[in-house]
Amino acid sequence: MGLGSKTTLQFHPSTATVSARIHPVVLFNICDCYVRRPDQAERVIGTLLGSVSTDGTIEIKNSYAVPHNESADQVALDIDYHHTLYASHQKVNPKEVIVGWYSTGCDVSGGSALIHEFYSREVANPVHLTVDTGFTNGEASIKAYVSFNLSLGDRPLAAQFNEIPLDLRMIEAERVGFDILKMAVMDKLPNDLEGMEATMERLYTLIDDVYKYVDDVVEGRLAPDNNIGRFIADTLSSFPKISPAAFDKVFNDRVQDNYALAYLSSLTRTQLAIAEKLNTAAQVL
Amino acid sequence: MARSFLQAVATEEVAPPLRVVQMEGVAVLKVIKHCKEFSPALVTGQLLGLDVGSVLEVTNCFPFPIREEDDENEADGANYQLEMMRCLREVNVDNNTVGWYQSTLLGSYQTVELIETFMNYQENIRRCVCIIYDPSRSNHGVLALKALKLTDSFMDLYRHNNFTGEKLREKKLSWVDIFEEIPIKVSNSALISAFMTELEPDSPVLQCDLDRLKLTTAPFMERNLEFLIECMDDLSSEQNKFQYYYRNLSRQQSQQQTWLQKRRTENMARKAAGEEPLPEEDPSNSIFKPIPEPSRLDSYLITNQVANYCNQINGAAGQSFCRLYLTKALHEK
Repeated sequence: MGLGSKTTLQFHPSTATVSARIHPVVLFNICDCYVRRPDQAERVIGTLLGSVSTDGTIEIKNSYAVPHNESADQVALDIDYHHTLYASHQKVNPKEVIVGWYSTGCDVSGGSALIHEFYSREVANPVHLTVDTGFTNGEASIKAYVSFNLSLGDRPLAAQFNEIPLDLRMIEAERVGFDILKMAVMDKLPNDLEGMEATMERLYTLIDDVYKYVDDVVEGRLAPDNNIGRFIADTLSSFPKISPAAFDKVFNDRVQDNYALAYLSSLTRTQLAIAEKLNTAAQVL
Repeated sequence: MARSFLQAVATEEVAPPLRVVQMEGVAVLKVIKHCKEFSPALVTGQLLGLDVGSVLEVTNCFPFPIREEDDENEADGANYQLEMMRCLREVNVDNNTVGWYQSTLLGSYQTVELIETFMNYQENIRRCVCIIYDPSRSNHGVLALKALKLTDSFMDLYRHNNFTGEKLREKKLSWVDIFEEIPIKVSNSALISAFMTELEPDSPVLQCDLDRLKLTTAPFMERNLEFLIECMDDLSSEQNKFQYYYRNLSRQQSQQQTWLQKRRTENMARKAAGEEPLPEEDPSNSIFKPIPEPSRLDSYLITNQVANYCNQINGAAGQSFCRLYLTKALHEK
């Protein structure tokens, strides 16, 4: 930098993006597109849709693949395709806007900078999501980046991709159940009671674990950890203290309500069966 | 001997019955996302996939925009659909419609509209299915996803619009035989299953567990009961219609009998007097006009809904019992 005091290396930090959150459907879509990619294609890229919340968190809620061609030094993106599909998505959900783009593979390449530039024209501060479908490092790395422009005077010099924290805890996927999403083939969807059973079993093992831990600590086999102790105390105190009589009353009332409901529904079903028989009998006039 | 493709196609006349709907995880999630985001508005979308023997594969889907009551928009909707299919084909998504999905509120989907949509689809594609998702139930940790189709015998009757008691009896079609639920299988690509296994959180408690253990079921039960009561009212009014019809019918029959009796005695008298007997039928007489029988379709559908509500109440009550006894056990500790 010995050119004189006039030249300054400028660093344009865009408004700081705090973090990004990804909806499982995006990941599923990306993987599906990757599996279905054209013969010669090395990677798939596409547009990410979502919203930016007030605290700067980018919610990535949807995505679609955009066909592209890549050679050694240039990238051709099907911009028409991108625009048509974006318009179609807007018709369904106008609240989802472009927030960035994704690519499979594990790092940011030269071509990525070009594509990123294109998306910067679509939206300010696009996020770039990379999904390592090749498991290059032996793990599923999913990363989000934003880019900063480095310029020398007025001349753009380079773009720097900075990784931002990405929240991968997918509540939506947990709701559906990981069992369904991670198995290659799941023969049957769990029904109400089966799901309940699994949950109860998990709760049971949790309680067992806590018991074991407390016993171990009491008997001196484990070093006590104050934080865990506080957690347990908090959990126990969150249990409302009700006198046994009051609890019995509440409990019995609820049980009876449920019995009444179950009875009513069985009664209705019986009624339906009778009505059907009567109707068929009435038809034989 | 190797058969030519043409021969193979020609011999494939009898299609095996549809046994399983195999959904890809991506389709499941897309359906759920769309239905949930717009809940409580009811939304629909198209299912894409392949028809492989007795398995119908649903590999992808796309949502329809919320329809407005406008003629113009209808053309718009068709355009949207074509455009979407074209775009998806370009990225190698299966470009074959296999049915549609829709969201529902507490499982109140058994309507004439659904049947009509189904018949429309059925005209164009031989094998189609309707996936129903209920966002209201998913808050209780239940994956309320169902695949439905109309039974063949019902479709036959519906095409001829023939819902008289006699026809139904002839076909032995009762209300349970309108819809056929097809078991859903979920499949995922190896890539996805690798990712999900990696990403599954270590924490032993998942969101669905928390949802399932929620003690408040009152609003859900109340709505269910409300709907049930409404349906019962509808059903009883349908029943009244039939009673009215049968009363009219029997009155007409007795009128016909008395008329016939009279005519016969008159004829006897005429015979004795050597005159020609009068015909024993008189189409001009109003009592011989057949009374139209009301269609049983509505009452069948309502019965289906009632049965559905009953099932839901029963299921929820069962879950509730589990939770209550669990709370009790915890409390006693």
